[in-house]
Amino acid sequence: MTAIAAVTAAPARPAETEVSRRQGPAKWRGYTVKALSVIAAVGIWQLLTAGHVRFWLRFDNLPTVTQIATKFIERLGATQYWLDLMQSVIRIVSGFGLAAVIGAAVGIALGRSRLFADIVGPLTELARPIPAIALVPVAILLFPTDEAGIVFITFLAAFFPIMVSTRHAVRALPTLWEDSVRTLGGSRWDVLRQVVFPGVLPGLFGGLSVGMGVAWICVVSAEMISGRLGVGYRTWQAYTVLDYPSVFVGIITIGALGFGTSAAVELIGRRLTRWLPRGEENGR
Amino acid sequence: MSAVLTSGLRLELDRIRLSYTGDPVVDGLSLTVQPGEILVLTGPSGCGKSTVLRALAGLLKPDAGRVLADGELVTTTSRDRGMVFQDSALLPWRTVRSNIELALQLRGAPRAGRRERAERWIDEVGLTGFADFLPKSLSGGMRQRVQLARGLAGAPRAVLMDEPFGALDAKTRNAMQGLLIDTWQAHPTTIVFVTHDVDEALALGDRVAVLGRPGQPLRALLDVPSPRDAEVSRTELRAEILGALHQ
Repeated sequence: MTAIAAVTAAPARPAETEVSRRQGPAKWRGYTVKALSVIAAVGIWQLLTAGHVRFWLRFDNLPTVTQIATKFIERLGATQYWLDLMQSVIRIVSGFGLAAVIGAAVGIALGRSRLFADIVGPLTELARPIPAIALVPVAILLFPTDEAGIVFITFLAAFFPIMVSTRHAVRALPTLWEDSVRTLGGSRWDVLRQVVFPGVLPGLFGGLSVGMGVAWICVVSAEMISGRLGVGYRTWQAYTVLDYPSVFVGIITIGALGFGTSAAVELIGRRLTRWLPRGEENGR
Repeated sequence: MSAVLTSGLRLELDRIRLSYTGDPVVDGLSLTVQPGEILVLTGPSGCGKSTVLRALAGLLKPDAGRVLADGELVTTTSRDRGMVFQDSALLPWRTVRSNIELALQLRGAPRAGRRERAERWIDEVGLTGFADFLPKSLSGGMRQRVQLARGLAGAPRAVLMDEPFGALDAKTRNAMQGLLIDTWQAHPTTIVFVTHDVDEALALGDRVAVLGRPGQPLRALLDVPSPRDAEVSRTELRAEILGALHQ
């Protein structure tokens, strides 16, 4: 019922959502403070590591900002860096992509069909509490190649949040939309296409955001355990040969990739759900 | 009037019993809606007015009895029996035009010409210039105008209206009643209109049916003399309906 309430409470003017945005000098002051905060953190890091500070925490083991930066520039020029990066991205795209399609389909089927929910529901509920990363041994045994195993782990990690949030979104759909399409002469398929698919998008994208986060966690962990290539593998590899600046290059790369892919999901989600009461409404 | 008789659907309820879960909401109700008329259904709250409408639409299967449309058993929904709801029944991701186009698409109208026909409906319900607006950017009255257009655009032979103006203020409601009468006269069809507002019932209906509690017969089924004529005084009829409502 909350979905109905949210829909009826729609603001009449799209411009109202703009009011809370800061403008003019206040906006610039905001940017300055944010930039200073980041610069200060980096500066403290440099002081702690370059000064070989030890007070229980042993900062003298860690590379300095300048060492990391130098290494980063060096790595950016190496083909290996880009091969690793692309390999991880391919794993994410295939594992997460499969999870998005299958997770949404299973979620919709679970929400729409009693029979499907009775058959498949218990299985998903039993498998759901198991962290995907705990299944790495199974994946290694089950799949003929490490590559397929890593993609499988990534898929599994992203699948559950996507499936669960889609199922919730289907159940939260106002029956009024379905009733109105049916009384306009729509078939069961029309209801699916015209009501369910667009109607679950807000919930689905919630699941995709969470799914993307756990997909990265799992792809990196799986690469550290069983990879031959990839950012996670390279990062762990650097650690084992005591190349600590490279470890940090790896960590920062993983962070940047996670940020970029999450931002892409967020952006697409916002564009597809402009019709929400609080959605942006450019150009319409 | 002959056009009305050929295009409107004849709806019959034959001793129907309706329930969701548990006790029946409606029991043993029989009622016939004449082709091309506006029949207003009213009754005390909780008497199952909307439930009857859902059964007529084919959204709810009766536990007992039959629902007939032109003599044929109603088993599921059909584009011949359209429905207009109270509010929020428009698809929020579709613009005004695209909501109306959906009605044309679902009734199988060819793609070419849908846009023009939707535009004509937009003009007809007085929303010229709002074609590209999303429902969230419209007022309640404007959304109901779109619903009216969407409900009638598929040329259904009966339209079931579930308190469509119930959430509107008095002034907007009057305007919408006028718009409904004009549109219905231009596109004749059978209308079953649910309301709890006696004045609305008298302003729109050819006949007014007052439902009773479950298992009770109809409390009243009254003809409205010279229907939809604002000049006629309806004080006695109004008193009669109010009497039936507060039995």
